[in-house]
Amino acid sequence: MSTSVLYNDQGGAEAAVEAGLESTPTSSSTGAAFRLVHADFKKNEDLKEMLESNKESLKLDAMKRIVELIAKGKNASELFPAVVKNVASKNIELKKLVYVYLVRYAEEQQDLALLSISTFQRALKDPNQLIRASALRVLSSIRVPIIVPIMMLAIKEASADLSPYVRKTAAHAIQKLYSLDQDQKEQLIEVIEKLLKDKSTLVAGSVVMAFEEVCPDRIDLIHKNYRKLCNLLVDVEEWGQVVIISMLTRYARTQFTSPWKEDAMFDETNEKAFYDSDSEEKKDQVKAGPYVMDPDHRLLLRNTKPLLQSRNTAVVMSVAQLYWHLAPKHEVNIVTKSLVRLLRSNREVQYIVLQNIATMSIQRKGMFEPFMKSFYVRSTDSTHIKTLKLEILTNLANEANISIILREFQTYVKSQDKAFAAATIQAIGRCATNISEVTDTCLNGLVLLLSNRDETVVAESVVVIKKLLQTQPSQRSEIIKHMAKLFDSITVPMARASILWLMGEYCERVPKIAPDVLRKMAKTFTAEEEIVKLQTVNLAAKLYLTNSKQTKLLTQYILNLGKYDQNYDIRDRTRFIRQLIVPSEQGGALSKYARRILLAPKPAPVLESAFKDRDHYQLGSLSHSLNIKAIGYQELSDWPAVAPDQSVRNVEVIEPVKEWVPLVGKVKKSKSDSKFYSDDEDDKEEEGSDSSGSEDSSSSSSSSGESGSESEEESSEESEKTSSDSGRSSSASEESTSESKSEQTTKKKTKKVPQEKKSKPPAADSSSDENGNAPVAQASSSSSESSSGSESDSEGDSDSDPPRVQKKVEVKSKKEVSLLDLCDFTPAPTNAPKPVVLSSSLLSDLQGLSLSNVSSAIQVTTSSFSPVKTHELLHHMTGKGLSAKYHFPRQPCLYQPSMVAVQIILTNSSDHSLEEIHVGGRSPASLNIHCFNTIERLEPEASVTVSMGIDFSDSTQAANFQLCTKEDQFNVSIQPAVGELVMPSTMTEQDFCKEQGKLLGMNETSATITMATANCSSQAISKQVLSVANVGVVSSTQNNLHRFAGRTVSSGALVLVSLQLKESSTALLTINTEKSVMGSMLLRDLKQALAQA
Amino acid sequence: MIHSLFLINHSGDIFLEKHWKSVISRSVCDYFFETEVPPLFVIEFLHRVADTFQDYFGECSEVVIKDNVVTVYELLEEMLDNGFPLATESNVLKEMIKPPTILRSVVNTLTGGSNVGDMLPVGQLSTIPWRRAGVKYTNNEAYFDVIEEIDAILDKSGTTVFAEIQGVIEACVRLTGMPDLTLSFMNPRLLDDVSFHPCVRFKRWESERVLSFIPPDGNFTLMTYHVSSQNLVAIPVYVKQSISFFETGTCGRLDITIAPKQTMGKTVEGLVVTVHMPKTVLSVNLTATQGNCTYDLTTKVLVWDIGKLNPQKLPNLRGSLSMQAGAPKPEENPTLNIDLKIQQLAISGLKVSRLDMYGEKYKPFKGVKYVTKAGKFQVRT
Repeated sequence: MSTSVLYNDQGGAEAAVEAGLESTPTSSSTGAAFRLVHADFKKNEDLKEMLESNKESLKLDAMKRIVELIAKGKNASELFPAVVKNVASKNIELKKLVYVYLVRYAEEQQDLALLSISTFQRALKDPNQLIRASALRVLSSIRVPIIVPIMMLAIKEASADLSPYVRKTAAHAIQKLYSLDQDQKEQLIEVIEKLLKDKSTLVAGSVVMAFEEVCPDRIDLIHKNYRKLCNLLVDVEEWGQVVIISMLTRYARTQFTSPWKEDAMFDETNEKAFYDSDSEEKKDQVKAGPYVMDPDHRLLLRNTKPLLQSRNTAVVMSVAQLYWHLAPKHEVNIVTKSLVRLLRSNREVQYIVLQNIATMSIQRKGMFEPFMKSFYVRSTDSTHIKTLKLEILTNLANEANISIILREFQTYVKSQDKAFAAATIQAIGRCATNISEVTDTCLNGLVLLLSNRDETVVAESVVVIKKLLQTQPSQRSEIIKHMAKLFDSITVPMARASILWLMGEYCERVPKIAPDVLRKMAKTFTAEEEIVKLQTVNLAAKLYLTNSKQTKLLTQYILNLGKYDQNYDIRDRTRFIRQLIVPSEQGGALSKYARRILLAPKPAPVLESAFKDRDHYQLGSLSHSLNIKAIGYQELSDWPAVAPDQSVRNVEVIEPVKEWVPLVGKVKKSKSDSKFYSDDEDDKEEEGSDSSGSEDSSSSSSSSGESGSESEEESSEESEKTSSDSGRSSSASEESTSESKSEQTTKKKTKKVPQEKKSKPPAADSSSDENGNAPVAQASSSSSESSSGSESDSEGDSDSDPPRVQKKVEVKSKKEVSLLDLCDFTPAPTNAPKPVVLSSSLLSDLQGLSLSNVSSAIQVTTSSFSPVKTHELLHHMTGKGLSAKYHFPRQPCLYQPSMVAVQIILTNSSDHSLEEIHVGGRSPASLNIHCFNTIERLEPEASVTVSMGIDFSDSTQAANFQLCTKEDQFNVSIQPAVGELVMPSTMTEQDFCKEQGKLLGMNETSATITMATANCSSQAISKQVLSVANVGVVSSTQNNLHRFAGRTVSSGALVLVSLQLKESSTALLTINTEKSVMGSMLLRDLKQALAQA
Repeated sequence: MIHSLFLINHSGDIFLEKHWKSVISRSVCDYFFETEVPPLFVIEFLHRVADTFQDYFGECSEVVIKDNVVTVYELLEEMLDNGFPLATESNVLKEMIKPPTILRSVVNTLTGGSNVGDMLPVGQLSTIPWRRAGVKYTNNEAYFDVIEEIDAILDKSGTTVFAEIQGVIEACVRLTGMPDLTLSFMNPRLLDDVSFHPCVRFKRWESERVLSFIPPDGNFTLMTYHVSSQNLVAIPVYVKQSISFFETGTCGRLDITIAPKQTMGKTVEGLVVTVHMPKTVLSVNLTATQGNCTYDLTTKVLVWDIGKLNPQKLPNLRGSLSMQAGAPKPEENPTLNIDLKIQQLAISGLKVSRLDMYGEKYKPFKGVKYVTKAGKFQVRT
């Protein structure tokens, strides 16, 4: 009973739970007794007991209540010893809550906090990356100076961790340690430098954040990582994007020259013309001018542009400010739409965005003018949003749109929100001064407002009219008279004062009215506000000077009233004025200047935007919003007059390391193709690849090793080389691994390197065929077979985007696929420079390779080349689960010689089995198809390959037929490429020439084509030609002449292809055949194939 | 970036505090701004926090946060590290901290289980942080709601001062595994300015104008768009109104009729007219031919809930307004805010042409729904 009473104090559901648990034998006897003793001691005593019990649920409840105390800001530090004991708990929730507590109170209880450190140190070594990360997170959050060295060590280790997630945590820990102990700066900068090199998108944002906080001035650390950061940007998480963009903005302002200089001509007036011009035109202009934009500067602009489409308003704003501060003036406009879009967001965002637009619209009206209507005020907007919109509308006003804007303003003036109405009147005033055409209209409008019922509106109007009249005082007496008439009804002091001032200033224009107004004022002087009294004194003085006859007495009366006023300012002013206009004997020195003092022409006030002075702050910053320099605000520097050395951003290619050269010198197989593809692919691969990549590379290298040996065996002439070859090819694949690594590290940062590489492969190829030892077509096909295994590997591995991978596979021939696997390898960040070494050495050995392999003839047997291009016949979405793919096996058709063989792979992707798959109706009806036998049943996930024969009659007209299942019919069509309608034919060179002689004139089509440099070697040519058309190679005695022969499948007409190489990678391609339509189509296909690498 | 978070209620009291860097005294709330940080960064983050709470607890209010203070704390702990956002995707968070449900809390009290997942989510580590692994459904379905809002200002005479269409595609995707979806439109040229959920591949949009994405699990906003301003915006209703306040005496007159205009043959539903009356309007005496009309005396808001718009019998609201004696006649007539809904219509004419799924073998159930609503639709009087 006693326990339950005790619990009731704490109340609530917990009591019930605890009471229930109390009945369990373990805790009841000791616990209850314990409580009885300490029952009335401290209020948190029961929490302590709960923590010390050995019931997890009790502990958890206790921790929850403690966290509630922390959240409410109550002190729970006395529980520290009891809490810290649970730091190693197995229960994750309990552990997390203990972490929360620990981080909150460790600073206050430093000695006790140390007890927990060993737990974290142990966890830092845990095999699970997530546990390592969370240990580092908490350890670095414990703000106890004694553990600084431990933290430093942990950060250093974590920064080299294999897991990017742990490295990200390390980047956060850097900032925490820095705020705890600034002496660690130098060491931390080293870690930052290391992490900046990291290529993981996960780390990038966090490490840049650390950079900004610890060493924002060490801009030199960025150089080498600049291009990488630009390229990664799109894939970085949204918060990281904001940080990186803001840092890069600052960076760019120190490294590039101003793109604005030649923009001098793009001033506000003719700017419009450029909006319409498309982007190409713009580029031309940039090029044409003396200013040439640094490619890196362009890179930044280009890579940030897609982020304007982000859903995160902070990202959009940061890109907008980047363009504002960095882009050539005529390109800034692309941010407009996105900024306007943000206005649909919640009002806090609206407020900030409108502030920024206000600043922008002062300098660049044109940017937002087309979107003017988006700034129209709605009655539901809050006042500060309304005023900002008004500000922007005023900034946007010009001769063309002022009438629309003024009509809109008319509505606003009537607003029930009087503060807003007053702001509108000021805005009208600004429009009137800025645009001289409408000054009169505005003035008249404002005068009408003087009879408004609301005094704030009237007051504001008077003040604005005063300012306007000051700028253009000529012939304004009518307005002044009108205002004098209204004077009695206006009660707002500021407005009354303004009218009085106007009377005084232009008293000579209204000689009759002014003294009368003064008379009225003399009557009410004592009851007026200070500001009105002061102006009354002024008016009196001015009238005394201009019209002393009428006003002398009045003036003296008013000066006497002022002399005894309660306010010392007024007494002061009165004394001063009196001395000035009616001097006593001794003090008359100034009085002769009285007229010049009081009636001096006064400069008109400039009505300008309140946002005029904000433009020196970086847009989107807190400082800009507050118009005060916030702590930690980093000024944007001015553009340097001369750009600093651009080469600092080049990522170094370390000189080839000597010991690699002999090793790779032996490498024989041309890995040439890999370069091109890996160049393209590494970007995408990089994200997905994880540590598992190493496995892949080894597996694929072994497979390619095998493939090498197989191919050698087939070619009998060099059988003894087999073993050595396989060794070489595996070493070759090792090379390509290293190369792909290097590709990842260099990764387009250095434009030069890839170019160099591109130029190399053809050399390697051509020389190797001179040597004549490698039947390349065979090798490539067999290796493609062997690589298919590894292909599936790669699909499994790359978690990033399976379908995309699939697509790649389809498009590229399989040889590249194996190379993709090799790319699928993430080097640990620590040894980043190393791969670079490998790559450059690879370059050198490719050169060596080209010298060692000299071949003279090719012995390609056409049958060995089987193209693997698979086409989709039926997608499983349209086929209700049935999918079909087809390819041309390039074998003679079994059914009829005039038919083209087609293999179809049917797959059932649905979850039920498909029955009676067969071919149904066809079109054109005459189409001769040999169908496959009906497939009775196809189980889910199963696939079956069937062959068909189709007589295309030597035309590329598609064969349409129906693929039927028991329930459904799907229309499908097979459209053959022209090259598939040919069968290879063997003939001698003489025969070829003879036949060619017969097929001249109408039967000959030829064209001079430009070939890709990579295609200049014999193998490459045969490979490309054979990939397009199923023809046979005719051995040639001339090196620069390649011949291929075939017959059309249906009619057996000869198709002769000859290719004569000329200098500078052009060639004359001739096709002789009776089927001239086929000839020209084939020519087109071949031309395309040879032109592309 | 973000040092501390204080949640403050309407009366200005702090009811929750959380610190990521060193502890900051509560007095900091007296002055808000301290160090340079992009304001939108913080605002956007706070909105995400609020959205997360909404997502977890069904609403985001002081009471709810106080009730779930531990979960809130656990969430905040995961969302920021050292003031820098760590996990803001609700999918990732839900894997780490399970949202409280009645059933779960009962089970937890009985079994001693907890709301904290014992596995840390893999989503955070992958390049697709918005989707968790191992999603399984028995019914695979993907629904897309194309919701368009008309923002318009009409003037007294009924002419359009300003009108534009903003659209959003809300998705509810419950698909097993890692589906890769492609959504294409019949007329993507209509879309002028777009913003996407991070899952959408921007390059495909640039080149092919299709939305290609691996969707998050559950509900999310796929994209928002703005329809290019060249297209004329169809205004679905026409408002005939006259509101007048008499110079003398203490009354005014109000007469509003609403008629369908360009509705593309669909029915206008959920029609509501809201009027913020001038402060001097004490009470109203109005009769509506359809729907009911209420006037809140304290907030001076007149709400006329019409419901379905019947073209044969146009709804009308008329009657008198009684004004405060002696107060001047209001300068401006109040603006009418109109709310309406048209089902099965995207007023811009945008149409989804197809949705394809790759990467998974099953056949999902697909659906697209169109709705047009009034956004900020105001009639000046």
